[in-house]
Amino acid sequence: MQSISRRDFGRLALATAVAGAGASAGVFPALAQVANPIRIGMSMSLSGGLAGNGRAALAAQQIWAADVNAKGGLLGRPVQLVFYDDQTNGGQVPGIYTKLLDVDKVDLVTSPYATAMIAPAMPVVMQHQMCFVTILGAGVNTTFKYDRHFNMNVVGDNMKDTFAKGFLDIADTLATKPRSIAILAVDNDFAQRAAESARFLARQRNIRVVYDRSYPPSTVDFTPTMRAVQAARPDLIYIASYPPDSNGILRAASELRISAQMFGGGMVGPQLAAFQAQLGPILNNLVNWDIFSIEPTMNYPGVAEFLTKYREVAAREQTDVLGNYIPPYAYAQMQVVEQSVARVGRIDQAALAADMHRSEFNTIVGPVKFAESGEWAQDRNLYCQFQGITDGNLERYKAPGAKVILYPPSLKSGTLRTPYGTPA
Amino acid sequence: MDPDLVLLLNGIVSGLLLGGLYAAAASGLAVAFGMLDIVNIAHPALMVTGAFTVVALGTWLGLDPLLVAVLQAPLYYLLGVGIYSAYHHFFEKRGEEALQGLAFFFGVMFIIEVGLVMVFGPEQRFLDPSYAYTTWRLGEIDLPLRMLVPGLFAMGCIGLLFLYLHRSFTGLAIAAVAQDAEALRLMAVNPVKIKRLAFGISIALASMAGGALVVVQPVEPSSGQVFIGRVFAICIMGGMASLPGCIMAALLFGVVENVTATFFGPSWSPAVAFGWLLLVLAFRPQGLFGKAA
Repeated sequence: MQSISRRDFGRLALATAVAGAGASAGVFPALAQVANPIRIGMSMSLSGGLAGNGRAALAAQQIWAADVNAKGGLLGRPVQLVFYDDQTNGGQVPGIYTKLLDVDKVDLVTSPYATAMIAPAMPVVMQHQMCFVTILGAGVNTTFKYDRHFNMNVVGDNMKDTFAKGFLDIADTLATKPRSIAILAVDNDFAQRAAESARFLARQRNIRVVYDRSYPPSTVDFTPTMRAVQAARPDLIYIASYPPDSNGILRAASELRISAQMFGGGMVGPQLAAFQAQLGPILNNLVNWDIFSIEPTMNYPGVAEFLTKYREVAAREQTDVLGNYIPPYAYAQMQVVEQSVARVGRIDQAALAADMHRSEFNTIVGPVKFAESGEWAQDRNLYCQFQGITDGNLERYKAPGAKVILYPPSLKSGTLRTPYGTPA
Repeated sequence: MDPDLVLLLNGIVSGLLLGGLYAAAASGLAVAFGMLDIVNIAHPALMVTGAFTVVALGTWLGLDPLLVAVLQAPLYYLLGVGIYSAYHHFFEKRGEEALQGLAFFFGVMFIIEVGLVMVFGPEQRFLDPSYAYTTWRLGEIDLPLRMLVPGLFAMGCIGLLFLYLHRSFTGLAIAAVAQDAEALRLMAVNPVKIKRLAFGISIALASMAGGALVVVQPVEPSSGQVFIGRVFAICIMGGMASLPGCIMAALLFGVVENVTATFFGPSWSPAVAFGWLLLVLAFRPQGLFGKAA
């Protein structure tokens, strides 16, 4: 399979935009003259708000395709990725999947990152009765109940009962039992579900919710919000935020010298290299939801080799330089497809779905088994703590110790340090 | 001091600081949209472009982002001149500036966003000056320099622009072209040339606002989207062509947003802030500092 350079990709996308080609400003990465390839189609956010994770995911999937082709392909055929940029616009996604399935006639489809882009693809995929392996969706199939949907996400199928459990289980180990919690969440599906879990589990444990608010994604300044959180004097602060906001929240917390026994929650952003480089020691003692950490307890076969390859590509493609968040899961997403196709021995959507329901998959993020709902049969929400961070040097994140795993107990690699921030 | 009073005072102060950033973002638009009647919806995207080049140049040269913003302003002035020339040639000259001109700037905005992803990648970019993590404390009031310095920088830029517009012949011509381009032509002044110059100034201001934005927060290619509604609302609330009105409206917007966020939660902030816009327009349709027709 051939690949295009970032510059070529830019020229193509810009030319498409300038020409006003409309719906899908996308590209064929490779129309290589290969014999009867297995073509895997997907929409991916290569521009717009989710592009950071979208491009990182695509880079990982391209590494997978190169690895498979280097081994002789799948069922003796080379694999070829056909992808289009959805511009982080859910409205583009149904058109892209329609084109992939009706015009490009791809053999298999996988999903873009994440919930907001997966959900619009579902009706088209279901109409064509395709097997659909998605990445980091949150409860998408709760509504669709499609039996050929499989989601690579540690969250599992009971987010309310499990998502914040790790945070509160860790809080239970504090010397002084926490009595109050503040909850702040951005107005989007994932964060609201995370906040719902924290609220539900806190009440179960008789922890008083002293602040419980949402904020719109367009918020620019988090100083007044964090000051209001501070005024409520919570023992625990649980934030469910997205990348642009997580930075503002943590900087405001630092400027206001907010301190709590535990601070963190379901913040998306601190997992990424750009955040780690900028925020440096502000991350110290943050206890945050995660999906992967380079700790000995998660050193699954193949993951170290993958990260080495990814980091070579990432520098060139200007995407997340460490790849400690989405990329291993994007690679594992394709491993699920690969292993299932290899087992079934043909491209048969019904047989593939049956195999995925039945089988366990060995991936670079560990063994994966799907439940009837298509979510992971066993949730594996990680809660990690940044420790010993003195500056924005990213080298420390390439080795164990900077982001230790506190939960689940089976993967635990460090012990909790408290409090977060400077005590008032 | 009473805790609620402390919250209120800090809400007002942080709102004023936030308003400083809004003023920086809106002042260039006050020139383009308010004075020249050009609906430059790409203005926030150009501000973000300015922020990206500030990061790139500042990292390379090791300079403060605000200083880089000033140094790069002439290049953005030329960019603005180029954009206006294209806009004038293809739309304004043919009398098609209303709808097609708007579509043109939509297109410019999308091309800028895609271009930024292609050139810089989709990741967040930042350039923190040494003072970005310092907070001055005046009793119970917090003044993070991350917000204060860009706010003062914005006021300085707008002040200089105000002097230029009121003390120089060209500045007065810009004000005149906003009112009656034909009358300007009768005085042997080419209104197209004046508009080209004014639009160049507005884009130079966008790039300087980009410098202020970098100090406040990291930027990504789509960062401009959250500012589109706000900067147009501020221009309209301030009275379109009025720079003092733009500042007042920006500060009011910031204070209303932050005080609302403090006491009623951040979800209410945009609704209350835009509610104020409606309230102002109900009683003063010409805006705070605008002149009635």
